[in-house]
Amino acid sequence: MTNNKPFLKKSLPIALTGLLLTASVALMSTSGGTEEANSPKKLTEANFTIDTVAKGLTMPWATAFLPNGDLLVTERVGKLRLVKNGVLDPKEISGLPEVMYKGQGGLLDVALHPDYNSNGWIYISYSSPKAAGEEGDDGGANTALLRAKLKDHALTDIQYLFKAIPNVKANVHFGGRIVFDKKGYVFLSLGERGQKENSQNLSRDQGKVVRLHEDGKIPSDNPFVKTAGARPEIWTYGHRNPQGMTIHPTTGVIWEHEHGPQGGDELNIVEKGKNYGWPVITFGIDYDNSIISKDTAKVGMEQPVTYWKPSIAPCGMTFVTSNKLKEWNGDLLVGSLKFAYLQHLVVKGNKVISREILFEKIGRVRDVRQGPDGNIYVVLENSGKIVRISPKA
Amino acid sequence: MKFLLFSLTGIILGSAALPNQDEALAKSIERGKTVYTETCITCHMGAGEGVPATFPPLAKADYLVKTPEKAIEAVKFGLQGKIVVNGVSYEGMMPNPGLDNEEIADVMNYIQNAWGNTSNKKMITAKMVEEVKQKK
Repeated sequence: MTNNKPFLKKSLPIALTGLLLTASVALMSTSGGTEEANSPKKLTEANFTIDTVAKGLTMPWATAFLPNGDLLVTERVGKLRLVKNGVLDPKEISGLPEVMYKGQGGLLDVALHPDYNSNGWIYISYSSPKAAGEEGDDGGANTALLRAKLKDHALTDIQYLFKAIPNVKANVHFGGRIVFDKKGYVFLSLGERGQKENSQNLSRDQGKVVRLHEDGKIPSDNPFVKTAGARPEIWTYGHRNPQGMTIHPTTGVIWEHEHGPQGGDELNIVEKGKNYGWPVITFGIDYDNSIISKDTAKVGMEQPVTYWKPSIAPCGMTFVTSNKLKEWNGDLLVGSLKFAYLQHLVVKGNKVISREILFEKIGRVRDVRQGPDGNIYVVLENSGKIVRISPKA
Repeated sequence: MKFLLFSLTGIILGSAALPNQDEALAKSIERGKTVYTETCITCHMGAGEGVPATFPPLAKADYLVKTPEKAIEAVKFGLQGKIVVNGVSYEGMMPNPGLDNEEIADVMNYIQNAWGNTSNKKMITAKMVEEVKQKK
């Protein structure tokens, strides 16, 4: 009994100090002390605000950012619109050619030339009905690319740069994404128009990515210019229906994603002359559950960086490079039509390290862009809106 | 006069059973299948089963069977907002498929007579589709 008192006197200060130390460490952990200062803070939806910057649109497909702050927006129904200070301008822009608005077709992508400030060129892709003299099915159509300048509410100096040949009488798979690289070339993705067998056929602009000079001329060093029977504009082949395409901010390499059949949407790195395998290799099956191919890989054909099974129906994609979103720099944001959400893909080199779903129920995503203000803009087909996702201050 | 009335009634009522009607319906169903396979199958799938919680089924779907006029409206104008099919809620968006009235009639005749559904020989025509207005 008498021994306990001195023991207590000795051990109490030690115990108290221990408690204090433990408490401090515990407090440090919960408030994000030294450990978290070294690793990037993980962004979650709670870090963002979503504002509507445009509404009242009908089937919007893509948006571009004009230097004066206006948004230029395509409506798949065949109209080109301006959004000024958050208000949709009721006056449409005139001068567009006839567009085949049917099935999945219509007015599609819009992209400004990288030197828009000096040259004023706006590039637009669309489903173009068969014109007299063009090859293909009567009543058919295929994807075309034009460029023009904007004067007030009119397109001027319209140049018809390219038309995918042959015309096909089918209402699906037009592709249509426009990307500029840093070397003066423009790339256009083309769907296979529902004829999967033609993705592998180099004499048809179906299931291809084409590369052109910015004035529509065919580059003399395109991969198949010397291949007998091949269409010289072809850059890559074996695609199905790519509705997302963007350029890596530092490597300058072009990445695309494309719709698979039932399962098998793909994310691919697009490289000169390569074959992306559709329909010879695929991770999906047909919509009636029949087998398209038992192979998912083949020598001479490219593997996707990643694929989605079940399909998410990807549409729209951007790399994140914004100073406001440092934690996501170099990563991809991909839109989903089917599940109405965004996916954030963590990218390291040529690999996708992880994927996370964000902003569920945001709407049927048609386009995802990083704006000049560093915020993320999402074009929503169902609600006819464009929303801005910005980090909270 | 009575005879005329009787025979007219007979012709109208009996028209459903006339071989011409059956043939017209069969042809429409065949065209409708092509429309379905190109336009509808990617969401509603090969056996009209849809995708759980995402795209509603058409096979034995009460929404289609009990309220076909709502189905025509969806195919003609697209559809948004919540609907309930066979007790399950769907909140997605069906984009306007961009079909003309003939194609809408054809695809309706197809889905009404596929995967265990039957229209009991009744046929939807382009004219009927034309009359369907979008309810706000």
